[in-house]
Parts: sequence; C-alpha cells; structure tokens
Amino acid sequence: MNAIPLEHSLLLASILFCMGLAGVLVRRNIIFILMSLEIMFNAAGLAFVAGAAHWGQPDGQVMFLLILTLAAAEVAVGLAIVLQVFRSFHTVDADAVSELQG
Amino acid sequence: MTLPYYAAALVALVATLRVITCVNAVHALLYLVVSLLSVAVIFYSLGAHFAAAREIIIYAGAIMVLFLFVLMMLNIGEAAVEQERNWLSPGVWRGPALLALLLLLPLVYALFGGEEVEARGHVVDAKSVGMALFGPYILVVELASLLLLAGMAGAWHLAQDPPDERERGEGGR
Amino acid sequence: MLNLLWMIPVLPLAGFLLLVLMPHGERRAALIGCGSVGIAFLLAVGIFVQSGGWAPGSMAATQTLWTWFEVEGLRPGIGFYLDGLSLTMTGIITGVGFLIHVYSAYYMHGDAGFARYFAWLNLFVSAMLVLVLADNLVLLYLGWEGVGLCSYLLIGFWYRNPENGYAARKAFVVTRVGDTSMAIGLFLLATHFGTLDIQAVQAAAARDWTGEERWLATLAALLLLGGAVGKSAQLPLQTWLPDAMAGPTPVSALIHAATMVTAGVYLIARMHGLYLLSPTALTCVAVVGAATLLLAGCTALCQRDIKRILAWSTVSQIGYMFLALGVGAWSAAIFHLMTHAFFKALLFMAAGTVIHSLHEEQDIFNMGGLRRDLPFAYFSFLAGGASLAALPLVTAGFYSKDAILLATWDVPWIGWLLWLVAMAGALITAVYIFRLIFIVFHGEKQKSGHEHAGLEMRIPLAVLGVLALVGGFIRPPLDDVFLVAEAAAHHAWIPVLASLVSILGVGIAWHFFLRHPARALAVADQYAGLGRFWGSGWGFDALYDRLFVNPFVALARASRRDLADRLLWNPVAALSRLSHELLSRTQNGQMRWYAGGIAVGCVLVVTGSVML
Repeated sequence: MNAIPLEHSLLLASILFCMGLAGVLVRRNIIFILMSLEIMFNAAGLAFVAGAAHWGQPDGQVMFLLILTLAAAEVAVGLAIVLQVFRSFHTVDADAVSELQG
Repeated sequence: MTLPYYAAALVALVATLRVITCVNAVHALLYLVVSLLSVAVIFYSLGAHFAAAREIIIYAGAIMVLFLFVLMMLNIGEAAVEQERNWLSPGVWRGPALLALLLLLPLVYALFGGEEVEARGHVVDAKSVGMALFGPYILVVELASLLLLAGMAGAWHLAQDPPDERERGEGGR
Repeated sequence: MLNLLWMIPVLPLAGFLLLVLMPHGERRAALIGCGSVGIAFLLAVGIFVQSGGWAPGSMAATQTLWTWFEVEGLRPGIGFYLDGLSLTMTGIITGVGFLIHVYSAYYMHGDAGFARYFAWLNLFVSAMLVLVLADNLVLLYLGWEGVGLCSYLLIGFWYRNPENGYAARKAFVVTRVGDTSMAIGLFLLATHFGTLDIQAVQAAAARDWTGEERWLATLAALLLLGGAVGKSAQLPLQTWLPDAMAGPTPVSALIHAATMVTAGVYLIARMHGLYLLSPTALTCVAVVGAATLLLAGCTALCQRDIKRILAWSTVSQIGYMFLALGVGAWSAAIFHLMTHAFFKALLFMAAGTVIHSLHEEQDIFNMGGLRRDLPFAYFSFLAGGASLAALPLVTAGFYSKDAILLATWDVPWIGWLLWLVAMAGALITAVYIFRLIFIVFHGEKQKSGHEHAGLEMRIPLAVLGVLALVGGFIRPPLDDVFLVAEAAAHHAWIPVLASLVSILGVGIAWHFFLRHPARALAVADQYAGLGRFWGSGWGFDALYDRLFVNPFVALARASRRDLADRLLWNPVAALSRLSHELLSRTQNGQMRWYAGGIAVGCVLVVTGSVML
C-alpha cells in the first residue's frame, strides 16, 4: 500500500484538536462543551494511532486504548455532573454556575 | 489506500466544524458520530484495523449513545435551540478562533518546518496489540480498569437524587 | 527521701504538661491539678520528718541536676538547695497551694476553662518552687519570670473581657520594671564574682566588698531590692496588685496573697548575707516596708470592693515583712510570711465563697447581715480577720506581728519611728478588717445568699481556719539559716501594748460600723476628699499615668505617622492591595474563562517548545 506521510495525519489531528478547543471556548451549553472535549480526545487518539502505524509499534494503540478508557470515564462523570447542575440550577448554561467567584 | 484516507479526512473536518457550530444538540451529536466514523475509516486506511473497530464500537457506539441518552433525559426541547442561536452570535467567535489559530500555527510549523521524513506504513494487527497489552503493558490494563471503576462510582454517586428526594422514591430515577 | 528533692518542683510541672497536652473533663483536671501539688506537699513533709524535724545543726542539702550553660566561666546549673528557709517556703507553697487547688475545684466548677485554669495554676506552683529551691540566682530568676508569666495568664484568665487583659498587662509591666532592676543587679554580681551561686556569691561579697568597696554591696542590694519591690507590690511599684483582683478569687488567694508576692521577701531573706554588708540598703528596705504598710492600710480603710480591701491588706502586711527584714529580724519576717499565708488565703477564699453565693457581687455596701446565711464564711472571716488584726494569744498573727514589733523597737536611730508606724499600722489593720466583717456579716441584709455545702470548699477553709489560729505555735526551722543572733531583750510591755492596740481597733470598728453607722457616714462625708485620695491608693495610678503612660502613648501615636512608614511601608501595602484587586478579578467563576486561561498557557508552552 502507499504509505501516507505521518505529517498529514498529524496535521489532521492538530486541526481537529484546535477546532475542539475553539468549541470548548465558544459554546455555553455544557453538553456542547463536553462534545468539544470528545473531539479533542479523538484528535489525540488519531495522533497516537498514526504514529503507531508509521513506526509499526503497538504502543501507540495501547495509548489509544487508554485514551478511550479515559474518555469513557470522563463522559460518565461529566454527564452525571451535568445532571446535578441541571437539577440545582435548572439550566445547562456554563456561565450560570459561577458561584466560586471573587 | 490514499483516496479513502483523504476523503475521510475531509468528511471528518467538515463534520467537526458542523458539530461546533450547530445549534441543535441532537444534530450536533449526530455530526460528531459521523466525524468519529470517518476517523475510523482513516484508521482502516492506515492499517490499524483493531483501532478502527474500537473507535466504532466504544467511541461512537457507547460514548455517543450515552450522550444521547442524557440529552434525551434532560428533555430541554425547542427552547434550547432558540437559546443556542442567541448565544452563538458571530461576535463570540473572535477570541476562541484567534486562540485556536495561535495554537495551530506552531504545530504546523513543527510539522512541516523540519526535514522530510519518508512515508512508511505498517499494519498493526490485533495480535500484536494483544501481545503488547498482556506483555509489557499489563499494568496499563489494570490502570484502565481502575479508572473505569472510579468513573463508575463517581458517576453513580453524582447522579443520585438529593437525600430529601430519595426518601420519597417517586418514580424519578 | 532527699534524693527525690527534684521531684517537688517537677511534679506540678508534669501536671501542667498533662493538662495542657490533652483535653480533660472537670473531674480529671481537678484530680491531676490537686494531685500533683498534693504529692509534692507529701514529699516535702516526708523530707522534713525524715530529717528529724530539721533540727538545728542540720546541714543544707544540695541536689544538682545538670549544668544549664557555660559562658566565660559562668556555669549556673539546674540545682536545688534545701535548707530551713527553702523547706519552710516549700511547705507553705505546696501546703497552702494544695488547699487552694481543692477550693478551686469548687470555685471554678462549670467554667469553660477549667482544665486551662488548673494547668496554669500547676505551672505557677512549679515555677514558685523552682524559685525557692534554686541554688543559684539564674535559676531563681527563671522561677521569678515563670511566676510573673503565670500571674499574667491567671489574672487575665477570663480573657474575653478586655478589662482583665489590661489588669494582667499592668501587673506584668509593673513587675517588669522591678525585674529589670533585679537583672542589672545579677549582672553586677556576675561580673564581679564570676558565679551566681547563692552561697558562693554571699561568701565572696563578704570577703571582697568591705571598706572602700562597700558601695558595691549597697548598689547590688538596692538593685535586688528593686526586683523585690516589684514582685511584692511595695512602694513605688504597688499599683498592680489591687487591679490584679480581676482574676478568679483562688488565684488572688494563691498568687497575690500567699506565694508570688512573698517572692520578694524570700529573695531578700535568701540574700541576707549581701544585705548585712550594707546598712544603707537595710534601712531602705525598712523604710520602704514602713511607708508601704501605712499607705496601704489607709487605702484599705477607704475601699468598697471586698477583694480590694484584702488586696491592699496584703500590700500592707508585706510591708510588715519588709520592715522586719530591714531591721534584721529575718526569722520574724519569714514567720510572718507563713502566718500571713494562712490567714490571707483563708480570707480570700472565704471572700470567694461570699462572692459566689451572692452571684458575683463584690461591693460590701450591697451586702449585709450575712452571718446567718453564710455561717461557714462568717467563721472563716472571723478567724482570718482576728489573725490579721493580731488579736492576742489565740491567733497566729499575734505571735508573728509581735516578733516584728519587738525587733523594730531595738533598732538604733530610727527604731522608734518605725515602731510607731508599725503600731499605727496595726491599729488601722484591725479597723479595716473588722469594718469589712461588720459591714458584710452584720447589719441589715441587702441581698441573700445560699452557701454551697460541698467539701471542696469546707475542708480548705476549715484547715486554714485552724492554722490561722494555732499556726503561731509552729516554729519554722530557720535558726541555722540566719546565723545572726536575733534574740534581743524581751520587752514584755510591747506584746501587751500591741494587744491593746488591736482590741482598740476592733472596738473602733465596732463603734463606727456596727453600733452607729450614721456616725461613720458623717465622718466619711466630712473627710470626703481625703477618703477619695486614700481610696485611690494615694494617687499613684494618676501620677504614673501622667509621668509615664501618657507620654509613651503620645510618642507611639506620633511614631505611627513617621517618615519611614510613609515612604517605604505604605507604598508596599498599597501595592499589595492593588495586585490583590487585579488578581481577584481573574477569579470570576466563569468556567470558559478558566478554560481560556488554560488554552493561552498551552499556546505559550507549545510555541515555546517549538521555537527553542
């Protein structure tokens, strides 16, 4: 097969990551923020797997497994928090939960 | 295998862009699923079949479905779409877009500024990953399970009804 | 048992540590507090008995624990020296101290700081014991400072009331003045003799400071007198003692009647070898004592607060002790110290009972006719008051005061004047104490009270009551300590005259305060100005305010706005405030703002690592 340059994969990963970052900063809905975080996780995973394919070592895929696990745990806890926030503040606006100020 | 790769890459980019600019939460989630699936195609074309399978099953299949469930549970409805439209005025994009661009530039420079490395491609199959996991990375497996256990316990506790509501135990769980 | 001598000061110290390091309930705190002092007392008694009553000819015992420090040949050690004098003092401190500890269990019941109280009381007893058992002046100074600290802590015990804090501070600062004088005296002794061991210093002084050098002995003696005057609340440093009544009554009983204020007397008695070299210093001691006893007696006559009467009475009685020391009647002074400890502690504790029963009422003109309501306190007051007034034969005070009067008469030159002052003081003493008794316990009842029936109150009062009456027959074993021959001609007419004077005093009090109270009011109105002057302690507080306090406060206020503050420190403060305000704006509670902050940091790090 024709090999695809590593730089291209990493470039794709970088662009996806930065898009996710912009999403985190822009959106006010907590669910969207979590989704943007997922995008960032995915981008990092892509980088690792691309590296694994380039050098032929499974270490990158092992790391990808960890990232997957991490994302799963984070989503579980994060969504539970969203539920609690919704119960307490009756909104999912990230700017509304700002009581720790000053 | 280059055409699927670049096609999938384009789809991923467009879908991700739609995720962060969409106003309807469910639509955004579906776009995200599309993005994840295209990344899985990318994995396939890189020869990482096992990773691709994992991406589809776990990421798109479990995590995104979890998102959907919670979104349905919150049951916000039309008001949410209206709200998102208000919040997402073009003005708010300036700062984050700038920041993202500033992050992207050094990365691009690092990627293309150095000397050319010849492209190589290897198939990393499930067997070698399995050998790695049961061999040198056995602790990683344990750590991952611990992480999941912690996440599970935390999520269960955090999502519980507050104590005064628990006693009444009406329906809502 | 002599080798357990070190345990006598260490036991209360251990009690203090136990009480301070763990929380305790009331029962356990009282047990630890009283127990440690009680066992120390038993040890002292045991030593006394084992040595056959410390018969004349007994050698003094020394027990050195270790060398404290060594600097240029000066090596004070942690060592204890036991002779008749320190054994007597130890007996008084632990014995009377133990009784007061037991009484405190009754008095402080229900107070939130119960355990803290006993901890500090124990620390005080330990420090006082170190003071009297020290074999060198540095260790004595350690005990000296320790009792000063505990006095501060205990006067200001109820710290939430700022008045108590002021009183505690006043006590500490005034005694500090005396302490400084004493410290300079110690420096003088150390530089001349290279040692501060008490016996060694006195021997060296007797050897070196004769003839031309006698002024050095006078100077050292006067400096030490300064310290004694501060600690024992004599002229001119007597202003702190009446204000120290802000502390709990058992504290007043222990510290300001029986023990700490007698530290000055002990110091001079202990250093009698030095004082004997300087007749000038001895005269100063006697004059200070005589002047104080008269001043304090007159002041006590014009007080309304029950505890202040007793406080001024203490100042006056210590004046008697100083007078005795000044005329060379060392044993008489210590004897009076002992009997005074008995009856003054008794009086204070009985006063505490009265105050408690009347729910913290301390003004005697709000009391009256209490002898049926508070019989135990009444009899305690009678016993203690009789002893204080030195009623003849049946009271301990008679014998001790008598010894002092006898000694004063025989002094050449000014003996007759001192004797006259002492007699006048005796008269005034009888008048003020029976004024107190008649106003509080006789006459019309204003407030009624109910006497607590517990043993912790009754036993100490009963024991001290008995001692106040028969304690005169206890002869402290002081003959070997004060080798100067003291027994002078026994003028039989002096005790008779003294008895008559005290009975006359009781009669005057009876006439004015029991029989014809109206006449007392008439006299008070006629001499109102004098009454106010005497009542304020002869204006010393106002004088010190004018001389020292106001200039100091003015100086402190001026110093607040000085140049260094304005140029250097105010800008620093302003800068901190500004940066605080700026930084706290970044804490706006907005999650996306924080995420943005992380993103900025991330950009910086990535850029940095790519560039470098």
